[in-house]
Amino acid sequence: MSAISIKNLDVLFGFQTAKSLALLDQGASRQEIIDATGDVVGVHDVSLDIKKGEICVLMGLSGSGKSSLLRAINGLNTVTRGSLTIEDGDQPIDLASCDKAALRHLRTNRISMVFQKFALMPWLSVLDNAAFGLEMQGIAKAERRRLAEETLELVGLAEWKDNFPHELSGGMQQRVGLARAFTMDSDVLLMDEPFSALDPLIRTQLQDELLELQRKLNKTIVFVSHDLDEALKLGNKIAIMESGRVIQHGRPEDIVLNPKTEYVREFVAHTNPLNVLCGRSLMTETSELKTQNDKLVLSEYDQSYIEVNHLKQVVSVTRGNKLLPLHRWQEGDNIESLSKDSQVIAPADVSMREGLEIRYRTGLPVLLADEGVLVGVLADNDFYHALLGKHFSYEASA
Amino acid sequence: MDFITEHKIPLGEWMAIFVDWLTYSAAGFFDSVSYTLESVIMFLVELFKWFPPSVPIVVTALLAWFLHRSISLVVFIVAALLLIMNLGYWEEMLETLVLVLSATTISLLVGVPIGIVAAHKPWLYTILRPILDLMQTIPTFVYLIPTLVLFGLGVVPGLISTIIFAIAAPIRLTYLGVSRVPAELVEAGKAFGASRLKLLLKVELPAAMPNIMAGVTQCIMLSLSMVVIAALVGADGLGKPVVRALNTVNIAQGFEAGLAIVLVAIILDRLCKSPASQSKEG
Repeated sequence: MSAISIKNLDVLFGFQTAKSLALLDQGASRQEIIDATGDVVGVHDVSLDIKKGEICVLMGLSGSGKSSLLRAINGLNTVTRGSLTIEDGDQPIDLASCDKAALRHLRTNRISMVFQKFALMPWLSVLDNAAFGLEMQGIAKAERRRLAEETLELVGLAEWKDNFPHELSGGMQQRVGLARAFTMDSDVLLMDEPFSALDPLIRTQLQDELLELQRKLNKTIVFVSHDLDEALKLGNKIAIMESGRVIQHGRPEDIVLNPKTEYVREFVAHTNPLNVLCGRSLMTETSELKTQNDKLVLSEYDQSYIEVNHLKQVVSVTRGNKLLPLHRWQEGDNIESLSKDSQVIAPADVSMREGLEIRYRTGLPVLLADEGVLVGVLADNDFYHALLGKHFSYEASA
Repeated sequence: MDFITEHKIPLGEWMAIFVDWLTYSAAGFFDSVSYTLESVIMFLVELFKWFPPSVPIVVTALLAWFLHRSISLVVFIVAALLLIMNLGYWEEMLETLVLVLSATTISLLVGVPIGIVAAHKPWLYTILRPILDLMQTIPTFVYLIPTLVLFGLGVVPGLISTIIFAIAAPIRLTYLGVSRVPAELVEAGKAFGASRLKLLLKVELPAAMPNIMAGVTQCIMLSLSMVVIAALVGADGLGKPVVRALNTVNIAQGFEAGLAIVLVAIILDRLCKSPASQSKEG
């Protein structure tokens, strides 16, 4: 079920929006509309479904409309046309038509926000900042402080609760921002470039912490970023925006493997494939392997062959006339302890980084299986192709 | 050019007619305002005078200690108050203090809300700004005349003139403070579901507090600077000996009364300096 569903959304800033919408429908560009009416098009014709428990990253250069879209979700920007519905019990609320009371209900109970520049109240202690949202709900001081203390514990700032924001480092201040959002116990979290004001080391650390917290709390997160590596690391889904439109929306891998336009391709060009790609998208499929004497040929040079049964499960792997020990590797298993010349069978969605490491440790190609069934092989050629950026010829199966 | 001088525009007369009309048609209103304000001020002055001088001295010293935790300030305040007592201006000092504090209180009660509204409605501030400029630049004596006519001789026209002169400071500084609250703090307030009232009380006012406090201090200082002028229309206080000294060319009395005014000004200024802004610098 979608937590947030957006249909044909337009967000315009200005005073002649009716006229601007007509121009927009005639295909006028953003600049033409500014010249004609003075209105600025923030978001144009965006349709997006964000599922419960998903991290959706809105990605784009500055001015692409990603922040405008994010701010429409909690009504900081008003919807000019289209619909933006937030799930709320069994009665979804449409921000395009809801009244002030419904909007306040959404903001106090359903949606919290984390800001790029932290936006902490300088006159409140860390504890009272974390409790700020509850104060807006009108919850008594002792109760809200108790709840805020729990979330401060969660972000590791319990000892700092009596300090003031200006006494904290940037990374710690943003943790207070996170705590303030988490204290609300709302399901939807909006994050507007929350880590971009931090230095790279702290940024990575907070990204990891966010993923860790997300594992525990399972919120629906809409995250704005202009950094593709961050988007690929955090996002279950990525929506790439340009000039107010979403030009590609999909899983991180799909974006990297099949950039739809030149704009996306340029974004993707500088990413490190090790972090994004998984074995399935690099491998040589089983059907492409040659067969010889009912055995699949792994390498003619090494004279290594794979024997599979009728269910396509691997029975044995031989090299020359030597039988290789089979090792079934799972996500999370130690790679360093793999011995040389043991034949690893890994899940098909093993990351490229781990695949490469296994190949390095064992000195052998990696067999990929999906629920026991051999689906493909990762050999040196496949890795070289990926590293040289030739992986986008692959057609996404999802 | 004779034409110009021969046909004088009767601006002054028009103003006089307007004030006459006010006096005539709203005499009851102005009289009752005058009477109420005068009674309140008299009561306060009598109340202060009823205490033995040691009580206000100790209270002020304690206040200074709790607000600023500075021994030197406490010592200075006690010494200054004792000196004023020694010079023989204790009662005048109390009268001045009551006048200044009443003028400041009224200015704040009116000025701060106006400043808040103006910060939210830019058109209002566009209208207000020339009026505030006028109130601060027009020579005090000019509006002392109509206030004298409307409210009669005594402390009230002094009070009203003081307010006209001093109220611009809290309006301007409240406006400044509230309109300069960082946009992201207001957005954070909204994003967490603050109602308009909560946004004002929990975000905008606390964020604007340093500016508003600066407005309070300025308002007190401006009120104090009106003490001598208020004495001209019959307000009691430290202004009276100054005016008397001026009329009799009495250098000794003028110096002593002037010194007492300066001491009161320093005490009030040091007391009001916001402790928060000092600690932030550290």
